[in-house]
Amino acid sequence: MNAFFVIIHRDLLLVMRRKSEVLTALFFFVVVTSLFPLGIGADAALLRKIAPGVLWVAALLSTLLGLQRMFATDYLDGALEQLILTPQSLVLLVAGKVTAHWLVSGLPLVLLAPIIGIQFDLDASSLYVLMGSLLLGTPVLSLLGSIGAALTLGVRGGSVLMSLLILPLYIPVLIFGAGAVYANSVGLDISGHFSLLGALLLLALAFVPWVSAAALKIAIE
Amino acid sequence: MSQVNNIFASNTRWINWFKLSSPSTFYPVAGKLIPIFWALSAIFGVAGLWISFFVAPIDAVQGQGYRIIFVHVPASWMSMFIYLVMAAWAGLGLIFNTRLSAMMAQALAPIGAWMAFLSLWTGAFWGKPMWGTWWVWDARLTSELILLFLYLGFIALQAAIDNPRRADKAGAILALVGAVNVPIIYFSVKWWNTLHQGASVSLTKAPAMAQTMLWGMLLMALCFWMYSIAVSLMRVRTLILERETHSDWVRQLKEVNS
Repeated sequence: MNAFFVIIHRDLLLVMRRKSEVLTALFFFVVVTSLFPLGIGADAALLRKIAPGVLWVAALLSTLLGLQRMFATDYLDGALEQLILTPQSLVLLVAGKVTAHWLVSGLPLVLLAPIIGIQFDLDASSLYVLMGSLLLGTPVLSLLGSIGAALTLGVRGGSVLMSLLILPLYIPVLIFGAGAVYANSVGLDISGHFSLLGALLLLALAFVPWVSAAALKIAIE
Repeated sequence: MSQVNNIFASNTRWINWFKLSSPSTFYPVAGKLIPIFWALSAIFGVAGLWISFFVAPIDAVQGQGYRIIFVHVPASWMSMFIYLVMAAWAGLGLIFNTRLSAMMAQALAPIGAWMAFLSLWTGAFWGKPMWGTWWVWDARLTSELILLFLYLGFIALQAAIDNPRRADKAGAILALVGAVNVPIIYFSVKWWNTLHQGASVSLTKAPAMAQTMLWGMLLMALCFWMYSIAVSLMRVRTLILERETHSDWVRQLKEVNS
């Protein structure tokens, strides 16, 4: 378990040394969401209606931006090979890297979302639901994304390819995440959406680290 | 590889299957099977088309236009079934490390993608006169579209990786992850659809099908099956030739030398 925290610490340290990459992804989130009102028009009722979808799609895309970084730099400088050779379980190391990725690209989205939500004229309860759904959903995005990042390591046009592989797998998270906010705004019960998001998170936690570890071994051999 | 085959050749129960898993033995066998499956496909196709165009009655509600389902439904079935078969072959290739299984998976992917495309295309043609629109965000339509995306992702990943063994394994992982996700995606889209309840068009409200229509559809489905098997065997043979160009048995083949 110690290895898990060491990896998180190391990845966070690396991020702090080169903040611009992470900040770019967050800035992307803000810019994309701000473009929608400019393209559609500042009709408050319309904006309120499209806000959950826009915020969630922007969250998916901005998570994708950071995914390439998850293994690629370690792969290029050979650190990944050393990590695989260590006696520590690779699954634990992958879980650590995914957690670190979520801390720098998922968690900030959860914190940024209410600010963007206010721009879209969401009320307070919608903002809470939005934050809650992002809190449950973004870890799933990081987890599933790690599969794509591992599969496309060192591949030509890897980042574009990764979005093609991963975005279809993101659809359930998008549906229930945005659906929760929508259901709340029309006064429906949202516990179902949150249960399903939680189920997706548990499923992903249970399987994805193993799959990503297998994919990493394939990429290295 | 040949050593492994010899070990299993002594055990008569396993002999056929493990011998066939070697590309050099599978290649000629597949060559003999292809004409058989083409012939079966043609027979079922002619019979199915004849029933669906001349025997099956005109639908009381939908008129002549309903006849497109004789192509549409088999294509949809095949697109879903081929994905499962592809994932199964990919999984076998990953577990037993057999080259041929991975080649089968790679050969099946384009056929499945075409089936998914055909299903969406004919569905749009059917939807325009029946529902008055080319496309609705119905659960089945949406999940079929996502299935097409999954096929394209698999093909793109295999095409992007130069080393064939790595491409096989990476593709296998993606196919298996996709296969686990297909039911999740289907149900999430379904619940999403019932939640939004927009243009609610039920696909299941069609009246009970006449016996002849069912026969036509089944025959067409068999035709699609045989076609898919024939084409996948042809693709596998090409893949074998591509990947085994360095080996002696390929150099000695008649069709390669001529």
